[in-house]
Amino acid sequence: MKFIDEFRDRELAGGLAAAIRQAARQQRDYHFMEFCGGHTHAIARYGVSDLLPANVHMIHGPGCPVCVLPIGRIDMAIRLAVDAGVILCSYGDPLRVPASGGLSLLRAKAALGGSGDIRMVYSAADALRLARENPQRQVVFFAIGFETTTPPTAVVIRQAQALGLKNFSVLCCHVLTPAAIASILESPRVRQWGSVRIDGFIGPAHVSTIIGSRPYEFFAAEYRKPVVIAGFEPLDVMQAILMLIGQVNAGRAVVENEFARAVTRDGNRKAQQLVAEVFELRRSFAWRGLGELPYSALRIRRAFADFDAERRFPVSYQAVPDHPACECGAVLRGARRPQDCRIFGSVCTPENPVGSCMVSSEGACAAHYSFGRFADAAVAP
Amino acid sequence: MCLALPCRIVELLPGEQAMVDVAGVGRQISLALVEEVAVGDYVIVHVGYALTRLDADEAQRTLALFAELGQAAVQETRALSA
Amino acid sequence: MSPLRKAYARPLDLRQGRVEMAHGSGGRAMAQLIDELFASRLGSPFPGQGNDAAVLPAAVGRLVVSTDSHVVSPLFFPGGDIGCLSVNGTINDVAVMGATPLYLAASFILEEGFPLADLARIVDSMAQAATAAGVPVVTGDTKVVQQGKGDGVYITTTGVGVVADGDDWSGDRARPGDRIIVSGGIGEHGMAIMAQRESIGFATDIVSDTAPLHGLIAAMRASGADIHVLRDPTRGGVATTLNEIARQSRVGMMLQESALPLQPQVAAACEFLGLDPLYVANEGKLLAIVAGDDADRLLAAMHQHPLGQRAALIGSVHRDAQCFVQMSTCLGGRRIVDWLSSDQLPRIC
Repeated sequence: MKFIDEFRDRELAGGLAAAIRQAARQQRDYHFMEFCGGHTHAIARYGVSDLLPANVHMIHGPGCPVCVLPIGRIDMAIRLAVDAGVILCSYGDPLRVPASGGLSLLRAKAALGGSGDIRMVYSAADALRLARENPQRQVVFFAIGFETTTPPTAVVIRQAQALGLKNFSVLCCHVLTPAAIASILESPRVRQWGSVRIDGFIGPAHVSTIIGSRPYEFFAAEYRKPVVIAGFEPLDVMQAILMLIGQVNAGRAVVENEFARAVTRDGNRKAQQLVAEVFELRRSFAWRGLGELPYSALRIRRAFADFDAERRFPVSYQAVPDHPACECGAVLRGARRPQDCRIFGSVCTPENPVGSCMVSSEGACAAHYSFGRFADAAVAP
Repeated sequence: MCLALPCRIVELLPGEQAMVDVAGVGRQISLALVEEVAVGDYVIVHVGYALTRLDADEAQRTLALFAELGQAAVQETRALSA
Repeated sequence: MSPLRKAYARPLDLRQGRVEMAHGSGGRAMAQLIDELFASRLGSPFPGQGNDAAVLPAAVGRLVVSTDSHVVSPLFFPGGDIGCLSVNGTINDVAVMGATPLYLAASFILEEGFPLADLARIVDSMAQAATAAGVPVVTGDTKVVQQGKGDGVYITTTGVGVVADGDDWSGDRARPGDRIIVSGGIGEHGMAIMAQRESIGFATDIVSDTAPLHGLIAAMRASGADIHVLRDPTRGGVATTLNEIARQSRVGMMLQESALPLQPQVAAACEFLGLDPLYVANEGKLLAIVAGDDADRLLAAMHQHPLGQRAALIGSVHRDAQCFVQMSTCLGGRRIVDWLSSDQLPRIC
C-alpha cells in the first residue's frame, strides 16, 4: 500500500531509533503526550515503545472521541431508537460502550429484535441514503468525533436541506481538539504542581489536515510546550519524538509539522467553512473524564434546526456519573497509567469495560491491555 | 484519532464523487471536502470522504529525511563504539 | 367406466417457487421436496433409501464425530455459499483431528418464502463440494419455519470419520521448542464476506478460501513430521485459535508479523475498516504446531500440495506461565496478540 508501507519500514525504524537514542540526553527523562487515540493505537500495535530508550516516556492523551463521550449522550441515542422508534445510525466505535441500565447500543439493538432500528454505518452518507430509502421512518445519525469527522456531518446536513428531507436529523456530539489540550494543560497537576510532567505533545494527524497547524501555536507559546504534528504511521511517530527531543534539548517551544505531506498551516479551508456554516460552539459540554469544558463542542445552527435531533425529539442530556472506582479521568489527563488503576485488568477488561478508556480499542487502557500487558507480570491473561 | 487512508483516485464521478483504490481494493468516496483533485492524485480518506490531497513530493522528502537521520545516527553509533 | 388415470404430480417449480410450510409438514409436499431437490442432487447411494437414518458399513479405527451449524449471511458470496461452506467446514473439523472424513449428514432449517431456485443452487453447491472431497451426504432432515423466523436457510452438518491409532493431534500438545505453521494467506473468507455488507461495500477480488483440507492433511501426515496440534482458524481468526491452543497447552507463543502470509487486497481492506487480519475468519486454512526439528520437512510437504503452496513458518512456542501469544511486529517491537473480546467492528478512530 503506497504511502503506508514505506512508513512502516523496519530498517528506517532502526535508524530513527538510533537517532532518538543519540539525541536523548542521558541525564534526564522526557515525557511526551500523544494526544490522539490513533497514535496511542499505533504505538501499542507496532510496539514502538520497545524502540525507544528507557528515559523517553509516552503518556496517552484524551484524543479518543469514544472515550470522552459521556454515558448520557449514548443514553440519548438509545432512547431515540427505543422510545422514539427512529432508525438510529452509528459508526462502529460507540456500539459497545456500556451506557445506563446495563445497555449499550448493541444490546439495545438485540433487545429490539431484528436489525430494524439500530444500524452501523461506515459513513454519514450511508445514514442519509437510509433516510432517502425509508421516507416513512425517521432516521437519526449519531455524529461523534473530533474535527476530522465533523466536516462529513456538515456535508450531509447541507445535502439533506437541499433535498428537503423531512425524516433525517443528526444527534451532534462533535468535540474540539484545542479545548481538550487546553484542559490538560490547565489542570493544576500540570500547570501548578508539575506532578504530571508533560514536556511536549504529539499533535493529531488527521484532525490537523482539517484545522491546520496554526491552532496549536497558541499552546506552544502560552504554555511553553513544543508540539509536533505527526502522521499515523509508526515512523511518523518516531520522527515526531525525535523532533520533540530536539526542541526540548534546545529549549524551544514551537509547532513543527512532521506530517507535511498532508497538513498545512491553514488546513482545509473548504472543510472549515462548511463546518462553520452548519455548526456553532456550545457554551459548555460535558466530557467523560475531563468534566465540563467551555467552548469545547459543537451544536447545529438554527438555520439547520430541522436537522437537529435534539430539537426534533424530546431527548435531553442527563449526566451519569462514572463508576466510583473508575480512574479514567486521571488516565485521560495523563495523571495515571492504565496499569496503575486499581481495577485495570481485573474488574475492568475489554469484555467488561467499566470506563471509557477500556471501551474503545484506542483508549489508553484498552490499547495497553490488548497489546502491551505482557510487560505487567501481575495481570493474568 | 481518525482512521484515514491514503488512496489513489482512479476515476472522477458526477456529484463530487470518485472511485479510489488501495492495493486493488476500490471504493466510492466523496470529494465534497476537497478541490481540484485529478485522477492519479492521492487523497486521505476518512469515513468515505477525502480530507485532503496527499503531497507525494513531501512524502518522498519525509522518507528521505528518515533515511538520512537514521544513517547519520547509525554511523555515529559505530564511530563511538569503535 | 373410465380407466383410473395415473395421478399427475406437478414437478416443483424451481424457477419461481418458494418454500412453503407444507414442505416441512411431513406429507406429500415434503416428500416431493426431498426427492426432487435434495436426493436427486446429493446423489449418494444412501439418501434415496427413504429411511430417516443411513446404515453404513463398519469402519476400522476410532470414530471421530463433529457437528457445526452454518448461519452465514449473505448466503452467496465471492468464492462460495452456505452450501459448500457447510460441507467443507465440517470435513475440516473432522480432518484436523487426524481422521479420514467418511460421511456427512445435513439438516436444513428453511424459512417460509425462501426461493426454491436459491435452495437448488445451494444444494447443488453442496453436492459439488461433497463429490470433489469424496465425502457423500448420506442422510438429512428438513424443517420449515414461518416467514420472519429464519434467515433464508440455516444448515447444520455433522461429519463422521475414522482415525488410526497412534495419531494424537490435540490442542494440549504444543510444547516449548515447537514451530507454528499456517497453510496460506489469512483473513480471506472474513473480508470476502465483509466486502459484501451493504454499507461497507468494497470493490475487490477477494474470494472466500473455503476448501476441504483433508487432502492437504493427508500429505502432511505422510511427511512423517511430528505434528502436535492441527486446527483450522475459523471464527476469530488465527489469533483466537492460537490463544486457545496456548491456553490448552499452557505455553506461550511468539509470532513474526513479517512472516504472516497476507494478500495485499486483504491487507488493504482491513486497513480501510481498522480491522486486524489476525482476527478475521478463514475457511480453508490450517494452523500446524510441529516439533521444531520437523518444521522444514512439514513445510516442504505442504508446498507440494495446491492448498499449501503459500504455507509459511510464522512463529514458535516457548515457556510462559501466562500463556501469552506475542508478536514481533514488522517494526521489530513487541505486542500481544490477545483474545478477541467480541466481534471486531469497523471503526472510525
